[in-house]
Amino acid sequence: MTVVHDNLEPTEAKMSATDVSVFYGDKKAIDSVSIDIPTEYVTAFIGPSGCGKSTFLRTLNRMNDTIPTARVEGKIELDGQDIYRSGMDVVQLRARVGMVFQKPNPFPKSIYENIAYGPKIHGLAEGKDELDAIVEKSLKRAGLWEEVKDRLQDSGTALSGGQQQRLCIARAIAVDPEVILMDEPCSALDPIATAKIEELIAELNGRYAIVIVTHSMQQAARVSQRTAFFHLGKMVEYGRTSDIFTNPHEKRTQDYITGRYG
Amino acid sequence: MSPAILLLLALGLGLAGWLAARARAWTFRRESANGRLASLPTYHAWYVALWIVLPVLAFVALWGAIAPGLVSQSVLADPAAADLPVFGFERQTILNEARAVATGAAPAVFNPQAAALVEPYRDALSHYNLIGIAVTVLIAFLGGAYAFLRLRPDFAARTKVERIVMSILLGASLVAILTTIGILASLIFETVRFFGMVSPIDFLFGTHWGPDPMANPDNPDPSRYGAVPLFWGTLFIGAIIAMIVAIPLGLMSAIYLTQYANPRLRKWIKPALEILAGVPTVVYGYFAALTIAPAIRDIALKLGVTNPSTESALAAGLVMGVMIIPFVSSMADDSITAVPQAMRDGSLAMGATTSETIRRVLVPAALPGIVAGIMLAISRAIGETMIVVMAASTAANLSANPLDRMTTVTVQIVKMLTGEGSFDHPATLSAFALGFVLFLVTLGLNFIALSVVKRYREAYD
Repeated sequence: MTVVHDNLEPTEAKMSATDVSVFYGDKKAIDSVSIDIPTEYVTAFIGPSGCGKSTFLRTLNRMNDTIPTARVEGKIELDGQDIYRSGMDVVQLRARVGMVFQKPNPFPKSIYENIAYGPKIHGLAEGKDELDAIVEKSLKRAGLWEEVKDRLQDSGTALSGGQQQRLCIARAIAVDPEVILMDEPCSALDPIATAKIEELIAELNGRYAIVIVTHSMQQAARVSQRTAFFHLGKMVEYGRTSDIFTNPHEKRTQDYITGRYG
Repeated sequence: MSPAILLLLALGLGLAGWLAARARAWTFRRESANGRLASLPTYHAWYVALWIVLPVLAFVALWGAIAPGLVSQSVLADPAAADLPVFGFERQTILNEARAVATGAAPAVFNPQAAALVEPYRDALSHYNLIGIAVTVLIAFLGGAYAFLRLRPDFAARTKVERIVMSILLGASLVAILTTIGILASLIFETVRFFGMVSPIDFLFGTHWGPDPMANPDNPDPSRYGAVPLFWGTLFIGAIIAMIVAIPLGLMSAIYLTQYANPRLRKWIKPALEILAGVPTVVYGYFAALTIAPAIRDIALKLGVTNPSTESALAAGLVMGVMIIPFVSSMADDSITAVPQAMRDGSLAMGATTSETIRRVLVPAALPGIVAGIMLAISRAIGETMIVVMAASTAANLSANPLDRMTTVTVQIVKMLTGEGSFDHPATLSAFALGFVLFLVTLGLNFIALSVVKRYREAYD
């Protein structure tokens, strides 16, 4: 494993993983990965199917806890605090580290209720006015406000796929997270909707630390400043996106980005 | 000679046709230039076999209906039948006896008159058997030849066979529908007869139930045919008390099983719950009557209720509620499981706890399925008879006190139909009117349940 820390500008790590391994039963899905997720950049995880990039992403907000057989070893810190320590409140963690999934998964509720869900759970709003304000702000940030402001009471599932995914991003934003994890957010979308999401990621960049798992190398090149290449459960290479795509250190990275396998 | 032999014959001929047609199709294949047929040889084979078997089946059904009549007609034409008693019952007994001996079902005749008829019977039977076999073979050959001659290399046997199979499937599904229509028609017929004697207004709105099967059938007392106490008893026991037990317990067990139980525990609890649904209701009935009802009476006594009855709506309702739990829980279980994992993940990823996820996302999303399960459970509960007979008595009683004796529509249907009144007495006919009302109510509940489920299906796609 080569973590190319030396050619990165010194940056504050929002999250940092040290020697993280993940097991599903006896099977090792992630093998001792160490990585720092910077605050001010978009970090992309790339790699062939089954390489463990989504699994690793899900360890960052402990979504693997929902899989009974999954087990995580090693240390993952958020602002210097181990998120797997006993006594860690998963509810608080997930409020700080939000997630957007591969397939848009709005709740079968109104658009308004979809956004208000998180703030209600976490008690972020006092009264209706404040809640309205949060809903509006979140939808505006997700670039969806203009399209839905006149039909907030319509069902979230009635929106188009791209709109649904932006609704899910707005839903994640509504609880004001520090990190947003995106698990192949565009894989179910057409190119136009994909372009909109990518635009949105660029706009959100800087306000939130963003980690995106993607199958598309072009997408990684377009939206991210840092890229980590995963292969067979290991992180092969991590560095500036421009370096990874133009001047990779590892032969496997080179082979993957030139399309020799994957 | 029974239809069974004709059927076997048809199947044998069908098999022969099947083999012949397949051989023919193979010949086509060998002779054709590219070795390809429009349909596989088996489809040719099935096409011919179906053309043999189906017409024969139709004939056998028809023959089974008319042959006995033809046989007895020819026996009666025999001179030995001339001195039979003219009157129906005795005459029929003698004929039956002769037939039993002729077919070998009985060793000898009891009635001397029947002895003379055994021979003519035997002749007639073998005569018509021969005709039956001959016609069967003829039909099989005609059908088989027609189909066989149509076989060609480019014959679309596949589409033809598929179409025949489709109509067989259609026929199978029609059986259930036609039966329902038949039941409904007979119910309506008898109900109309009943309403000709007692006005529907008295029946639907009267508050006193006590038909007297011994009273003069031509002049029934309408004030004894008020079914409101029965409707109330049915609702109170089946839809109120039983549901107060079944809905919370069923829902909570479904939630526990789908969201909290570990897979090994779930593997034990779920079948155990479903066994509840398989316990015969009679068993529930004596559990209610022998264990629960006396316990309720004792508790009521201790609480200072004067003179509580051994039979009570509460006992029947409680046990019925337990009986219904698996219906509620398994439908709720299915519909909660059917909520996509993505919904659950989405909620958990927002920082919701498991119980918040259940309350705010899973149950609302699964609600239509849950409601449908409850509707089905209610229609099952209000159709239940045994538990009520054994635990809540047969006394019609319009009361809101769960400790009172009460009765339900189904119990009264049984009581009226098995009572000592004659069949066209209004007391007996009232059972049909009750059944009709029950049918409409359960039909309505099922209809609501289905339409709710339908809306549910559209929720995610």
